[in-house]
Amino acid sequence: MLDQIELRVKGLNFYYSGGVHALKNINIPIHSNQVTALIGPSGCGKTTLLRCFNRMHDLYPGNRYEGEIYFVKDNILSSSTDLIALRSRIGMVFQKPTPFPMSIFDNIAYGLKLKGIKRRAELSERVEKALKHAALWDEVKDKLSASAYDLSGGQQQRLVIARALAVDPEVLLFDEPTSALDPISTAKIEELTEVLKKDVTIIIVTHNMQQAARISDWTGFLMLGELIEFDRTEKIFTAPSEKLTEDYVTGRFG
Amino acid sequence: MTREQIRKTEGFVALMLSTCAALLGLFWLVFILGDVLLHGIKSLTPGLFINDPTPPGVDGGGLRNAFVGQLVITICATLIGVPVGVLGGTFLAEYARGRKIARLISILADIMVSVPSIVIGTFIYAILVRPIGHFNGWAGAVALSIIMIPVVLRTTEDMLSLVPWTLREAAFALGAPYYKVITQVVYRGAATGILTGILLSIARVAGETAPLLFTSFNNSFFSLNMKEPVASLTVTIFQYAMGPYDNWHEQAWAASFVITIFILMLTIAGRLIIKWRYK
Repeated sequence: MLDQIELRVKGLNFYYSGGVHALKNINIPIHSNQVTALIGPSGCGKTTLLRCFNRMHDLYPGNRYEGEIYFVKDNILSSSTDLIALRSRIGMVFQKPTPFPMSIFDNIAYGLKLKGIKRRAELSERVEKALKHAALWDEVKDKLSASAYDLSGGQQQRLVIARALAVDPEVLLFDEPTSALDPISTAKIEELTEVLKKDVTIIIVTHNMQQAARISDWTGFLMLGELIEFDRTEKIFTAPSEKLTEDYVTGRFG
Repeated sequence: MTREQIRKTEGFVALMLSTCAALLGLFWLVFILGDVLLHGIKSLTPGLFINDPTPPGVDGGGLRNAFVGQLVITICATLIGVPVGVLGGTFLAEYARGRKIARLISILADIMVSVPSIVIGTFIYAILVRPIGHFNGWAGAVALSIIMIPVVLRTTEDMLSLVPWTLREAAFALGAPYYKVITQVVYRGAATGILTGILLSIARVAGETAPLLFTSFNNSFFSLNMKEPVASLTVTIFQYAMGPYDNWHEQAWAASFVITIFILMLTIAGRLIIKWRYK
């Protein structure tokens, strides 16, 4: 399979509104249809970096980006980027499940309705497809009009993944998606990433190094806002080039 | 006495004092409600709701004018107060979140909640009655809505603040613009809380007399014209209770009974919604 670059981060610096220099000259390629894991100790900037890809930082005044992130060929950090369009191409799943206070069906249909799809038949079809894609269909097909809050935590997280998948994104951002889940639900989500990468590019932030080793193809190790090392996952975990990376993945600190 | 005995005695005294205080409060509450109930039910007749008042001193007649007037004024007050309160609360909790102006308005609204209602009545008298030259129903509705606004505003603000921020981010992450995030996701999450606040604010104004006394005043005739004085239950109760006729007193009791039951039902509805929400 041809190895393509989906997103290319070039000389990215990020400053929070208080002036904190949270990301320092980050350069990283994100490969299409592969899973890229971002690891590092708390406060290293991995979540900050993840939230640059869908410009989530724009919600809060005073945050500032420098540098470029090329999405195929457009720089998404440019001020002319249509954020609404960007966010429907790059979906996001958060640490805690975030079902909306509405039915299971309406949750999945939400993004589709935002895109202007109104026909009931098309909505039903795409909701079903998204739920099957997220391996949740069999568990919820008989109670689509039930409240999303009736689902378990693991099911809610897969619901949120289905909601993000429904709008056919090209990239999915996972922000520690399993840290609030039990081991069985975690295993289900990890299996899901393996299936999903056929269709989407996945970037996952995790503080669980075993998880990064299990599911990712590429791994970036960050510390204090700097990208220390980026390489194939097996290389990072078996023969890292940097002493810091080795210390971190072998559990010497962090 | 040993230390243990002293402790037990102290505990007993504290228990007795607080029990007495509770019973004293309860006694007056039961006394008032029971009195209204007994006198009210005695005078409660279908005629009270379907007849207009007879001339003073003539037996019979009812308070249809006051029931309808009260309803119209309260509905108008709700139609003015609720949108302003909900939108204001939305501004504070969403668009101005964390800014100094939001904090300032919150504090002012808290002060407004405890401003005596007669002050609001005289204020509206000065701006909506004096310039026009006569009492009118709109002035009454505006006075009540001013009492409602800070209550609805603060409840809305609090309820919206309870909706987790991650829920908004999740909606943004799907490409929703802010107004859709608020109206389609955040309002749903806070709906029952806001509805409860609205019901309780209606209950709050339904029993107000002072603001109406200076604004919509009273009308012995059936009238739906909000540009003219409009009858209301509370002002009627005030006048009838002070009046010299026995049938006025009876009708005042009956009206007190009806308005108490109405407010009680609104309050219970508000509580039930809260319970149902957090079940």
